[in-house]
Formats: sequence, structure tokens, C-alpha cells
Amino acid sequence: MSNERKGTPLVEMRDISIAFGGIRAVDGVSLDLYPGEVVGLLGHNGAGKSTLIKCLSGAYQADSGEFYIDGKKATINSPRDSRDLNIETIYQTLALADNLDAASNLFLGREITTKLGFLDEGQMEAETRKIMARLNPNFKKFKEPVSALSGGQRQSVAIARAVYFNARILIMDEPTAALGVHETEMVASLIKELKNQGLGIFLISHDTREMMELCDRVAVMKNGQLIGNERVEDVTEDDILSMIIMGKNPKAVA
Amino acid sequence: MPSLELGMTIPMTDLPETKPDSPNLFRKFLNGTEIDSRLLGMFGALALIWLGFHFYGLIFKGFGAMLTPRNLWNLSVQTSSIGIMATGMVLVIVTRNIDLSVGALVGVTGMTMGILQVDIFPQYLGLGHSMMWVVTAICGILLGTGIGVLHGWLIAYRGIPAFIVTLGGLLVWRGTAFLANNGKTISPLDDTFKLLGGGPYGTIGATGSWIVGILACVVIVFMLVNGRRKRILHGFPTRPMWGELTVGGLSCAMVIGSVLLVNSYPWPKGIVKQYAAANNIEVPPEGIFISHGFAIPVLILVTVGILMTILVNRTRFGRNVFAIGGNPEAAELAGINVKWMTLKIFALMGALAGLAGVVASARLNSATNALGLLDELYVIAAAVIGGTSLAGGVGTIYGAILGALVMQSLQSGMVLIGFDTSIQQIVVGSVLVFAVYLDNLYRKNAK
Repeated sequence: MSNERKGTPLVEMRDISIAFGGIRAVDGVSLDLYPGEVVGLLGHNGAGKSTLIKCLSGAYQADSGEFYIDGKKATINSPRDSRDLNIETIYQTLALADNLDAASNLFLGREITTKLGFLDEGQMEAETRKIMARLNPNFKKFKEPVSALSGGQRQSVAIARAVYFNARILIMDEPTAALGVHETEMVASLIKELKNQGLGIFLISHDTREMMELCDRVAVMKNGQLIGNERVEDVTEDDILSMIIMGKNPKAVA
Repeated sequence: MPSLELGMTIPMTDLPETKPDSPNLFRKFLNGTEIDSRLLGMFGALALIWLGFHFYGLIFKGFGAMLTPRNLWNLSVQTSSIGIMATGMVLVIVTRNIDLSVGALVGVTGMTMGILQVDIFPQYLGLGHSMMWVVTAICGILLGTGIGVLHGWLIAYRGIPAFIVTLGGLLVWRGTAFLANNGKTISPLDDTFKLLGGGPYGTIGATGSWIVGILACVVIVFMLVNGRRKRILHGFPTRPMWGELTVGGLSCAMVIGSVLLVNSYPWPKGIVKQYAAANNIEVPPEGIFISHGFAIPVLILVTVGILMTILVNRTRFGRNVFAIGGNPEAAELAGINVKWMTLKIFALMGALAGLAGVVASARLNSATNALGLLDELYVIAAAVIGGTSLAGGVGTIYGAILGALVMQSLQSGMVLIGFDTSIQQIVVGSVLVFAVYLDNLYRKNAK
């Protein structure tokens, strides 16, 4: 199946394992991602999706296994390493500092400074207004701490943060979980737009239907292991569900 | 903390901003000037304490001593060492830590500096060397920084809770301060060094105070103009003109008012006589009016306050401090090295405690092992009364300094009307608890 995709993969994870106190949360998983591709990660809660993704984003350090970014071996020991490799993550928890405003959160850890090394608040707010005008035109609460924002507004701040810094690889851990129908559609169209720009996207979701629509490929995990890795054209929703529930790939059996 | 649930029903699209037309003038005033209502509350509390004690004295003792230039000048000096440490405590508490050892640090750094300038440096530099005070002060601040680094390392890299590390530190460093000179008091200190603690000679006089005051006004006006220019540049909403003028006017009036105040407190007769004799000045029978002006420790506090405010509001370091306080996990995921930041914050706290040790020992012109006893409580109280939230993520430098002034005013007011130490403790303790309660109410209403 990989012969259809041209060139080197953006991301190649080889044999990634990580254990917490004897429990193998991720057990020898290998997965790749190509430019302009959306790969969906599916599985029960506790299947190891988020943990795998956190190894890539630097939140966890894999016990064993290797990462290749653009075909080159990469060491990811911290979120900073991951960001330096142009990997951006939208965490399930959103990872926002509730006491800070949208601009401070957007530039958290990457603040714009003046020549003298002081924060350039004006510039940061202006940039935030610019990107929010694109993502969520009705967003007006630039001065308030994000704790005063609605779930959807908070989500849009987290998305803006991931998109702003010209990511090449985007990890989205349940980006639509907090959203209503209309906003979910906005996120879906954003994913399509970013895909057309050539980004590679890892998407985690529980909504199988949504995944079939948005993804080029789905990878199913159970008990830390990769059960299946199939192009969406080649599987049915039932196939996916049975992989999630039974932990067996029907295509492998057939 | 945030009560927002990530519900499916919350729409991402917002209604256009609907601001209810402010019905009352007071709201309009706050909006126009962008003055924090909490700041106003603190000034209110301060005014209440000052007037309360003044009139209590006036009515029951026949003399209101609180609102005299002499008392207010003393108050400013007494606030200095607590205020200096409170600015650092803001960062510690904002990052969800606590430092119980600052009082003991004042003791151990003060004691060490006493030994250095009286027993050790004179052997090498000669007694009364003009640079002795600088070398001593730097050593004291470095010692404080070193101890802060040790605390920070134990907390951040060895995972021991800050409460325990600094509680241990409280005992360890107080004990060390005692052992350093076997409990004996060292006095007097170097003549230049003691100017750092105030006293009639440790002031900048009337002319100096006017220069400082006018400079401050120029800076205030410049900052307002510059701030407005920047907002217009980026197309952000600005304050109405009357708001700008009110803020500028009030700020400058406060600065000029404090200059007038410190300049209206004259040197005592004895000091004037001594000074006149030393400088061959003829003292007329009615005496000479020589103003104190701002005390040096107060200027140190103001400088620390300004630098810390810049650090907190204008630098990446400060922004990251608040991010850690708001959500440590998010800060870590944003690439902030939380452990290293924690170590740096405790190092800074230690340095400020060392500086407070300089001011406190210089003010007493002696180093005793009891120097700074219970200061940790006043410092934490100052930060908390000044609006620093113990839950983390919220706090201001100016609030902490004002909080220190409130605590010190309370203390000094009770001394003036003759309350026993035991009653003072009861009042201070109750006020602290009550202030945090009020703060909770304020936060609930602000939501």
C-alpha cells in the first residue's frame, strides 16, 4: 500500500514502545505519515493512541523505537524538540494556561520579543487578531483570560496555536470533542485546507464516521498494539469497528 | 478556578460583544481609567487603617500620631525589607510554591554580613574602607542567592515539596545564624553600610527628593503617551482622554504628595546640631529645618518594585512564570523548562531575601540572630493581601508592595495606640484570614 505514496514519509515511527509501571501502553508500534495525508488513529480509551502521539510530541519519551522525520533520524526528548521539528500538537486537554489571554497562550514558550528582549505585546496581539479573524471571525475576547472563554473559543485558541507556527506535521487529539455541529464542520474544512497545503496530520477521534470522511488512512490500536493500518477506501465502517472491538484485522484473516 | 465545562452545546461562534450601558458613574470611571477595582480596594483599606488609628489616637489619647510626617516616613522605612521580599514571594506563590524560609534567610545573611564587615573585611581592607559596604552587600545577596538555588534544586530536581524544603530551611538557617556568632549581636556596623537602612543620614534630602519626584512624573507621562501611541499603532481601543488625564494626574499627585510629605519631616535637633558642628554651620536659636527626604531603603524598594514589574510583565521569564502558575502541564508542553524556572525563581527569592537582610540589618545598625524573625509570615501575608492567589497564576508586584504597606500600617498603628504584642499578633493573624476570605468573595463576583 505504501508504494502508492511518493517520496519519503514526513514521519516514520519504528517499533515505538513505552511502558508505565509494567503496563505496556504502546507496544512495538510502527506507523508513517506522508505529506498531504490525514491518518486517523482509532481505538478504545486506553488503547494507547494518545500515548503514542505524546511520544511524537515530546510529552513522553519512548522507551524504545526510532523516529524519522523527512527520512532523517530524529531525537525527541521534550516538547521543544518536537516543535523544533515543526510538529505541532492540539492536546485533548487543550493545554492552555487559563489565567492568560489568547495571545499569551498562542505564543506560549515562543513569545515575540523586541530587539531589547522585552515582550512585544502589541505585535503578539495583532498577530493573534489576524489568525483568529481567519479561524473564528466572531472571536472578540482578546483581553480576557482564556478561562472566561467558552469551550469552542478555547478550542479555537488551541487550534490557532498549532496552525500559526507553520507546522508541517499536525497532531490533533480529539479536536472536535468539545464542539457543536457547526464548529465541527469548521474544523473539518480546516483539516482539508491544511491537507491541501501539504501538511501531514495525525487525527485522533472516536467518531468512526467522521474519520472515514476526513482521513486517507486509519490505524487502529488495541492494548498498545497496532491492529490494522488501512486506506479508508479498502475498509468499511464495520471492518473498523470490529478491529476496535475484537482487536483483529478482518482483512488479515481473509 | 475555571468552572467552564467543555460541553457540546457551547457554540464557537460568539454573539457580538454586548456591553451593558454602565448605569453608574463609578463603573464608568473604572472602565475609563482602567483602574483595577482591587487596587482601589487596597487604597481604601489603607485609608481606613490610617484614619482609624489616627482618630483613635486623637480621641482616646488626645493625640493622633498616625498621620504625621514622622510616622509615615518611619512606616515607609519599616515597609522596605518586607516589601522587597514580597515582590519575590509573588513569583513563588504564583508558581504554586511557598517559601517559609525568607525570615531565616534575612537572619543568616544579616549575620554573615555583620561578621564580614566587622570581623573579616577590616583585616584586609582596613577599618572603614569606602568600598566595604558594597562588597558586604554583594556577599550577602550572593549568599541568599546560593541558598535559594539550593532550595530550588531540592524542590525542582529532587521533588521535595517547597513547603517542606523551606520549612526545614527556616530552622536550618535560623540555627546557622545563631551558630555563626554564638548568638552574640554584632554592632555597630560599617558607617556607609548603615545608610542603606535609612536613619537621618540615610536619606537623599529635600532637593534629591524633588529630583526623584519630578523624574518619576516625567516617566509616568512618558509611559502614558507611549502606551497610547502603541495602542493606536496596532488599532487597539484606547482610554478616553479624560481617563488618561485622570490616571496621569492621580499618579503624579501621589508622587508629588509623597515628596511633600517626606520633605516636611525635619531632622531631629540633636542630629542637626551634630551635622552643623561637623560642617561648621552656625545654628540660629530657632534651629535649622533640614528635611529627611526619601529614605534610601525606600528608594531600594521602589527600584526593586520597578525592576520586578518589568521582569514580570515585560519579559519572557515573567510570562512563563504565570503560565506555570496557570497550568504547569501546559507550560511544560509549550516547551517551558518548568524545573529550571522553579530553580531560578527560588534563587531570585533568595537574592531578594539577602537584599532585605542588608536593609534590615542596616536599619538596626546591628546584626542579631533574631533578625527577620516571623518575616516570612508578613511577606506571605503582604503578597496574599496584595492579591496573589495561593492557587497560583495570579498576582501583581505593586499589589504585594501595597500589601506590605497595609501590614506594616496595621502593625505600626497598633504600636502607636499601645496594643500589646499578643494583641497585635491576634489582629494581624485575623486580618490575614479575613483578607483571603474577602479575596475569595471578590474573585467570585468578578466572574
